[in-house]
Amino acid sequence: MAILQNKLRPFSATCCLGLAFVVLAACLGYGQTTNSCLDCHSALPDPLGVSQEKFSQDIHAQKGLTCVSCHGGDPTSDDPDKAMSRKDGWNGKIDRKQIPQLCGSCHSDPAYIRQFNPSLRTDQLDQYRTSVHGKRLASGDTKVAVCTDCHSVHDLRAPSDPRSTVNPVNVANTCAHCHSDAGYMKGYSIPTDQFAKYSTSVHHEAMAVRGDLSAPTCSTCHGNHGAVPPGVDKIQNVCSNCHAFQAQMYEKSSHKKAFDAASLPGCVVCHGNHGIVHPTDAYLGTGPEAVCMRCHTPGDKCDQARAALQSGLNRLDDAIKSADRVLGVAESSGMEVSEARLGQDQARDSLTKARVTIHSFRTDLVDQDIQAGMKIAAKNLQAGKEAMVERNRRRIGLGISLIAVGIVLAGLWLYIKKIES
Amino acid sequence: MSPLRTLRSWLDERFGWDDLLAPLRKKTVPLHKLSYWYFLGGITLFLFVIQVLTGILLLLYYRPGANEAFESVQYIMTQVKFGWLIRSIHSWSANLMIFTAFAHMFSVLFLKAYRKPRELTWVSGVILLFLVMGFGFSGYLLPWNTLAFFATKVGTEITAQVPIIGKPMMIFLRGGEEVTGATLTRFFGFHVAVLPGLATLLILLHVLLVQRLGISIPPKLETQWIANPSAKREMKFFPNFMLRELMAWYVALGVLGALAAIFPWNLGVKADPFAPAPAGIKPEWYFLFMFQTLKLIPPRVWFMDGEVLGVLAFGLVGLLWLLLPFLESDQPSRTKRWITGLAVFALAYVAGMSVYGHLAK
Repeated sequence: MAILQNKLRPFSATCCLGLAFVVLAACLGYGQTTNSCLDCHSALPDPLGVSQEKFSQDIHAQKGLTCVSCHGGDPTSDDPDKAMSRKDGWNGKIDRKQIPQLCGSCHSDPAYIRQFNPSLRTDQLDQYRTSVHGKRLASGDTKVAVCTDCHSVHDLRAPSDPRSTVNPVNVANTCAHCHSDAGYMKGYSIPTDQFAKYSTSVHHEAMAVRGDLSAPTCSTCHGNHGAVPPGVDKIQNVCSNCHAFQAQMYEKSSHKKAFDAASLPGCVVCHGNHGIVHPTDAYLGTGPEAVCMRCHTPGDKCDQARAALQSGLNRLDDAIKSADRVLGVAESSGMEVSEARLGQDQARDSLTKARVTIHSFRTDLVDQDIQAGMKIAAKNLQAGKEAMVERNRRRIGLGISLIAVGIVLAGLWLYIKKIES
Repeated sequence: MSPLRTLRSWLDERFGWDDLLAPLRKKTVPLHKLSYWYFLGGITLFLFVIQVLTGILLLLYYRPGANEAFESVQYIMTQVKFGWLIRSIHSWSANLMIFTAFAHMFSVLFLKAYRKPRELTWVSGVILLFLVMGFGFSGYLLPWNTLAFFATKVGTEITAQVPIIGKPMMIFLRGGEEVTGATLTRFFGFHVAVLPGLATLLILLHVLLVQRLGISIPPKLETQWIANPSAKREMKFFPNFMLRELMAWYVALGVLGALAAIFPWNLGVKADPFAPAPAGIKPEWYFLFMFQTLKLIPPRVWFMDGEVLGVLAFGLVGLLWLLLPFLESDQPSRTKRWITGLAVFALAYVAGMSVYGHLAK
């Protein structure tokens, strides 16, 4: 055994030495990089600076693309002249006019894109060329948005990433970067208050406050790569993507023909565009919020129909509130009225339906919904009143029972006194 | 001879009824300024009887099961004649019973009624208090509403913190890994069969011990009465004390009726196991002091998980509480001070933590 150990000793020593050499070599080699671009550019200030940390967030870097993929050059060389040699294919800073074409060289190639994400569309460049941005760029206006303006560059994230500049939550801010800058937009004959208006809208509230990613943002109505302002006659098609029932009603209504004839842009005539707020029944009134009376004459046939529609909605709203009040009191008295409470949701649904039916501008159709809701609200109000009667009956019963208990207690007390005396 | 006397004489011939009642006639109750505390045990018993009676009535309509429980309680509350009254009395009476049981326990502690020879009366009483809390925990889930569902989830999760046996115990209680319809069926079984059976046996033992050993006199008074027998004041248990107890039961009945009529027990919203737990969920008031304590313990205490430490500490305190009479030395004067101090601290702790737990967010 000892002989065997002695024979093995030189072999073990050689193995240990070899292992130490490998570890040392690995440690020394660890600090080396194969991307000399980042070595220098991570130390440079903006706009030339690109840190390793920033680039590692980029979806392209994560998919294995490097600086060379867009800029060319030789990242393996530590010599700047060799690494950035135009002779060897280095492109330098990409000209803004060339950016869509450069991005499209990969993103318009279905075979190439399929390797990374088979469901990703490859028509962005074609769409971009049809957009106002694309057309203006083609005509030499380099101020318009190109791919990198919206998607960012060197830290470009997938749209599903909440930190992405094109994530639904961030799209409005991204567009506003240029479109809200009055100085930058000088020379273009479009307003710059869209974002300010959108920020007050019900759509923004749904997106930013309630976190509803299906709520509309700029690109929902204007498109993204093929961004154009929707035409006057197309607005209804844009809104109907979500507000389908309202659109169906409007399509069959008398207003459709009248608006078309007057070249009025459908939905936005009453609801506005970027600053759409939650509509109220006061739209049908005659006060400051009224929209009907902007066109109609007081006292005419349409004005009478408007008054009937508003009064119907108000009646149902009041009936629901009355039932709510009585049910609330009954509930706070401990009465079980959960079924009636549930019924109130049905009444509220009828009110919502009636408000949708308003877009038909037909009093008979709206009245059907109002009547259905009134019936449910009346039933719930009755349930609330019955609960209150029952509550009072219970209290009377309690009073009688307490009197009986009091009499028994007095009797017992007298009896105790009697037997103890 | 009146029909009542005839019946009594008939029973006496067959059961020796008069001999059975003889100890009751001889039994006396000490009369002093703290005598009214003696009513608490009887009131707790009365509320237990109310629980049994209303519970049986509720059983006529209640259906255990995740798909039926809530609806059946809703039916009891809205459709069954006086169903609302029976359920509300059952719920209020349960809470009052737990309160009077606690009050009874602390009165026994302060009046030193747990001492030799009444150790077993104390032990059976403390076990009864645990059982009553078990009634509360199991009964709370039966309407299958949101609060009950999540309170049971939290409560059974705490059980799982007990080392080694905790997880199997939680699975046994839940009938699986999660709170489901299986948990409801189990809790129903515990609530209407297991716990009432055990409680009835223990109540019989407890009452029997009280009858056999008589009613305790506070030590200081006992010394005075031994020194001066002429100062001793007593009342006959039957009928004098019993009639007063009856009055207390009537008052309890009146309070129960008033609570049920003015504040009918809420039904809540049907439990949805997939819904998120409501914010600030808390257990019933009688578990709040333990719940709040567990919340205040840091996640890690020395080498132990904070919650495990809390659960083990409560288990140990419960055991020591049960064995309290045996911890008192043969010289009561040496230990009575610290036991009185302990009782004051325990009462202040339970009350203070319950209030804190109620107010905490």
